[in-house]
Amino acid sequence: MRRALSLVGLAAVPLAVLGVFFVLPVSGMISEGFWTDGSFDPGAVLEVLARPRVHRVIWFTVWSACAGTAVSLLLGVPTAHLLHRRRFPGRRVLRALLVVPFVLPTVVVGVAFRELIGEAGPLGFLGLDGSAAAIVAGLAFFNVAVVIRAVGAAWESLDPRPAEAAAALGASPAYVFRTVTLPALRPAIVSAASVVFLFCATAFGVVLTLGGLRYSSVETEIYLLTTNLLDLQAAAALSIVQLLAITALLAITSRLRAVPDPTLARSTARPPRPSRGDWPGMVATGLVLLLVGLPIAALVVGSLQVDDGWSLANYRALDGTGSRQALLVPVTDALVTSLRTAVDATWMSLGLGVLVAVVVSRRSRSRAERRARGLLDGLFMLPLGVSAVTLGFGFLITLDRPPLDLRDSLLLVPIAQALVALPLVVRTLVPVLGGIDDRQRQAAASLGAGPLRVFATVDLPTMWKPLLAAAGFAFAVSLGEFGATSFLARDDHPTMPIVIFHLIGHPGAMNYGMALAASVVLAACTAVVMLVVERLRVPTVGAF
Amino acid sequence: MVAPALVLALAATGCSAIGGDSASDQPASKRVVLVTHESFVLPKKLQKQFEEESGYDLVIRASGDAGTLTNKLVLTKDDPLGDVSFGVDNTFASRALDEGVFASYDATLPAGADQYRLPGDDDHDLTPIDDANVCVNVDDTWFDAHHLAPPAGLDDLTKPAYDGLFVTPGAATSSPGMAFLLATIAKYGDDWPDYWQRLMENGTKLDAGWSDAYEVDFTQGGGKGDRPIVLSYDSSPAFTVDGDTSTTSALLDTCFRQVEYAGVLAGAENPDGAEAFIDFLLSHDVQAALPDSMYVFPVDSSVDLPAEWARFAKQPTDPLEVAPADIAEHRDEWLREWSDITSR
Repeated sequence: MRRALSLVGLAAVPLAVLGVFFVLPVSGMISEGFWTDGSFDPGAVLEVLARPRVHRVIWFTVWSACAGTAVSLLLGVPTAHLLHRRRFPGRRVLRALLVVPFVLPTVVVGVAFRELIGEAGPLGFLGLDGSAAAIVAGLAFFNVAVVIRAVGAAWESLDPRPAEAAAALGASPAYVFRTVTLPALRPAIVSAASVVFLFCATAFGVVLTLGGLRYSSVETEIYLLTTNLLDLQAAAALSIVQLLAITALLAITSRLRAVPDPTLARSTARPPRPSRGDWPGMVATGLVLLLVGLPIAALVVGSLQVDDGWSLANYRALDGTGSRQALLVPVTDALVTSLRTAVDATWMSLGLGVLVAVVVSRRSRSRAERRARGLLDGLFMLPLGVSAVTLGFGFLITLDRPPLDLRDSLLLVPIAQALVALPLVVRTLVPVLGGIDDRQRQAAASLGAGPLRVFATVDLPTMWKPLLAAAGFAFAVSLGEFGATSFLARDDHPTMPIVIFHLIGHPGAMNYGMALAASVVLAACTAVVMLVVERLRVPTVGAF
Repeated sequence: MVAPALVLALAATGCSAIGGDSASDQPASKRVVLVTHESFVLPKKLQKQFEEESGYDLVIRASGDAGTLTNKLVLTKDDPLGDVSFGVDNTFASRALDEGVFASYDATLPAGADQYRLPGDDDHDLTPIDDANVCVNVDDTWFDAHHLAPPAGLDDLTKPAYDGLFVTPGAATSSPGMAFLLATIAKYGDDWPDYWQRLMENGTKLDAGWSDAYEVDFTQGGGKGDRPIVLSYDSSPAFTVDGDTSTTSALLDTCFRQVEYAGVLAGAENPDGAEAFIDFLLSHDVQAALPDSMYVFPVDSSVDLPAEWARFAKQPTDPLEVAPADIAEHRDEWLREWSDITSR
């Protein structure tokens, strides 16, 4: 009984937040599609699913997201090994830099990518512009960082001794990896893959910009149906497809994610220098650097050019409002707004994320309890898989009367961003918490420690690093979030991605240059935050 | 454990966004809430001027494009998002009127603005504020260098001489792209699918949005692309001025006119404030600020344009038009057919 109560108690706050800011708006929007002219009409929604175009859209979404996830994993896992299990100068800088794509506004990345692969670009001969391959490359560009960080964090705290023992007994490196390392890493890899898949499946700007108009995904289709055609029945049908697909995905991954041996010892031995056997990691890291580096380099070069010459004028202009008053507030103000909002979104998602992770990762005593925990786990992944347009419109039609009259609230933007970041936080924390031997907690409890003390002495020391990684993620997600923010941000408090979108959407060479410069500044800020997070590590873990 | 400590620390240092001002605390009768799209920009000085002269506080809620705005207004018509709206254009206006989003207000129009009234809007629900034409633009320097005469109109774009030179944003994803589709419908009537077929066969490139087409693929855009013909606005040549001339020009026979309207929202809490704001949008100061702030032409013909606009931004005398009611009726069907042709 007490266990059940504490489960409910811990889950209450995150559940309430999710209910008000996700379930209510999304169900409000979907029911708009089911109720036409005041009468319940589910037939029209089902008819939509029979349209050939809808089949094409769903098929493209599934395979492009699978391909994007596969490429991110193939590049990300070996890179995570090199950057988190090997010691060499500059690896922290590298780790920080690789997170940068995550926050770049897609509209600018689209432009940077297309300057490279477009008909007139240096890579134009590849003929990638407007192809499905370009979309997959774009998806990997944005998401490889998720794999590197999530898998890297788990790899780092993995005890190297079982692998060393296996090697000493004559197992080849590949055999060791397959039989010892991979099973231990599987929860983290599956977690990362499921998050990446959801990001890929709901990618919006990448598909539009890089695919030309030949491809549409469920997400772009919902946008078109809702904002242009006001075909709410079709939009509702596709939203339901999204929800069902996520539920299926979560059911599959929760099986694959089960921790094989929770009694693994954790250790933080000093990592060795790279050796010849690390070539897969080096090759992958090289490829990731190319994939991530080239578009960013194109961005930086573009931002430094004015009238075919080199200049810092684009950067100097950032404290103004663009040529001919393109903006209401200087870009520097937007940066401050972005950073403040990100701070709020970070503590919100960390607070909620820790609660959810603790609830989800505790050992269950009964089948029903395990089910309940699994259900909660899945529930908090949902915001990643639902269209920002559905959520944005839903906010407007459901949060409009007391006691929930929140349309004007400054809280709305950080809350929406925190919801997007929450699954990342949970997914980073759960594998680590799940790997803690519950007997340690029981031992602490039997020695007289209260629940908080148990958490502080057993969970926290192990969770500390992943928590920092999660904080960095949440911050980055918030800095770069565009979809939901563009719906909710108040005109006098725009964030950086919104300002950049505004600048690049207006004619004038100055505005274009400023948009690129602002993107570089946003990227640099992110890199600095990531570096600070890297530095923040506590030297003597477990000294509480 | 960590989170609450973090919250305390952050709240103490004040680097959080919460706890700032909140305009929603004021009584409804003292504020005017404007619902508009993300391209709405009005200099702070003018906003202050409105607040001082009218005694109302102005609250601006801006997001999405004209389509998003219209659909938001339709979805929230029983409990409007604000008092007054600006930014519904002639391609979406019929939908808003059919749904009864606006209340009528017969504002006194400035000189020359009467021609921009929405056809069929007999109750004066909507007041025209500005207009802009979506036109095919050409890079004159490129055509000079290649000793080729630039195209003159829509017909030319399907000729072999201009094979692979034209780039336009798509109708499904971009509002200028939609305007271009409407231009071809106005010009070719029921034969428009045939025209698009030939256009696509002549190597036309479709992009998602205006910035992809203009900034990346157009030869005079920021990214120095390789296509010298692009879909843009009649005002665009004023932004490519090099010394004494503009390097680009708009083809005035290819233009589709987009007029943006303001209207009092039905069920507004502060209809008087809404009407005051519409009068303000029609005032000389705001009309004069429109070109620089929002890249559009004022409806007031007595307003002086900025010097570069006056010289290089030529407006078509007889733009292509499609009746708003037709657009509302056929939008789905046209877009679906267009998508079929262009993705073939």
